Amino acid sequence: MAEFVMPALGADMNAGTLLQWLKQPGDVVSRGEIVAVVHTDKADVEVEVFTTGVIEELLVQPGTEVPVGTVLAMIRENGAPAGPAAPPQAAEEPAPPAAAAPTAADAARPHVIISPSARHLAEELGLDPASITGSGPGGRIQRKDVEVAAAARTPRVREPELRAEPAPKPEPVAEPKIAGPPAAAPTPAPTPPTSRPVVPSAADERSAAMRRAIAASMSRSKREIPHFYLGQTIDMSNAIAWLAQENQRRPVTERLLHGVLLVKAVALALREVPELNAVWDGDELVRRDDINVGVAISLRGGGLVAPCIHTTDQLSLDELMHSFRDLVSRARSWSLRSSEMSDPTITVTSLGERGVESVFGVIFPPQVAIVGFGNMVERPWISEGQVLACPVVSASLSADHRVTDGHRASAFLAAVDRLLQEPDEL
Amino acid sequence: MTRDEIRTGVLRALSDVAPEADPATLRFDSDLREQVDIDSMDSLNFAIGIHEQLQVDIPEADWARLYTLDEVIDYVAEKAA
Repeated sequence: MAEFVMPALGADMNAGTLLQWLKQPGDVVSRGEIVAVVHTDKADVEVEVFTTGVIEELLVQPGTEVPVGTVLAMIRENGAPAGPAAPPQAAEEPAPPAAAAPTAADAARPHVIISPSARHLAEELGLDPASITGSGPGGRIQRKDVEVAAAARTPRVREPELRAEPAPKPEPVAEPKIAGPPAAAPTPAPTPPTSRPVVPSAADERSAAMRRAIAASMSRSKREIPHFYLGQTIDMSNAIAWLAQENQRRPVTERLLHGVLLVKAVALALREVPELNAVWDGDELVRRDDINVGVAISLRGGGLVAPCIHTTDQLSLDELMHSFRDLVSRARSWSLRSSEMSDPTITVTSLGERGVESVFGVIFPPQVAIVGFGNMVERPWISEGQVLACPVVSASLSADHRVTDGHRASAFLAAVDRLLQEPDEL
Repeated sequence: MTRDEIRTGVLRALSDVAPEADPATLRFDSDLREQVDIDSMDSLNFAIGIHEQLQVDIPEADWARLYTLDEVIDYVAEKAA
């Protein structure tokens, strides 16, 4: 019997909230299949299973926050006999709160399967997922279903604003007036100001949670990792000329971005300087054979995530571009997968879009290096005694001095530079 | 294809990459990148969206020279004519 546990989706993640089960006891699951959605401070993440078998038992109810490592479900592996599950091992963290037993109200609620992106949209639009019809596999509610439901929703009658003054009363029937001193007008009771308390929206709360998570991770990094920084300016003439020629013959749907060349060059350079492709496991440094480059993706409305593209070095530029587009799209629609969050072995960040010439990043624990690229700019460049106007990019490396030193780190940047001079070989 | 249809298609493609962009406040004759937070991936997806909405493929070299929504609409109108 295999345990399916709350994964660590970042070095500083101690706990996560199980939002939703996408499978039920008796369902067959395959390695890599998404079985649950977990909420972390940074994102809602679709969690994959690493065992092929049959779901034997779900141990945690949706809505429950549990420490990383808590057993969420038991999976009967293929070939294993059915039977009572062995008691799962407790997580090393403090004991998780017992999963709340389903209440009658829970039982009465229909079982809703909804993608994280669709859930966020429904939340923002104030729609109850239970009222939305899903068009995805198994009735899964997708983003477009929420949009359809929102469009079909009868426009709400706007609630009247809170008023400082009472609504005017109907004129009383005129009565004969009696001359005399005017009666003192009743003093109106003091009215509260019209402003309402500001209630943070779901998006605000999510943004604040993400900032806290980033702050925790970056503070830990600067506290624990002895960073050192190297920079190198790289002539991009060959790469850009090759890319322009390549894109000229491609339809728009298959175009490549120059960022893909940079990511691929980093991945290949790691083969030459493998000590930078490593992660800390407690006090132990683990060199990784698989090269999974994390890419920093800024989110609309603020914040960033850095999920990885698995086996980056083995992908063709077309495959890499496809994966990159898909990853950016899912990151911005809150549909990342657990392995993409937990497997990066290095990170690449590029801040050139807004004209920044160089970036010296903060290493994402438990990784040991981050590569930064600035804006591509045209600069005078001397080549074979000639001054030329060349597109150049500033590449930087922030590395962990416990793991490597300047000599090896500079060999890495030199490899990135060399690889970018032969873009057709990437 | 009328200019209004092109305008609608372009705005729909933009809304897919930058849902927060409000057509009512966008200046069609000003640099789009200065009004909307779009990066190179968004820009590519915008071009792909225009291709999907209006069946016009804008070559990369031309795309790089289109700064405003008016320029994009003019370009598509000319290609679609």
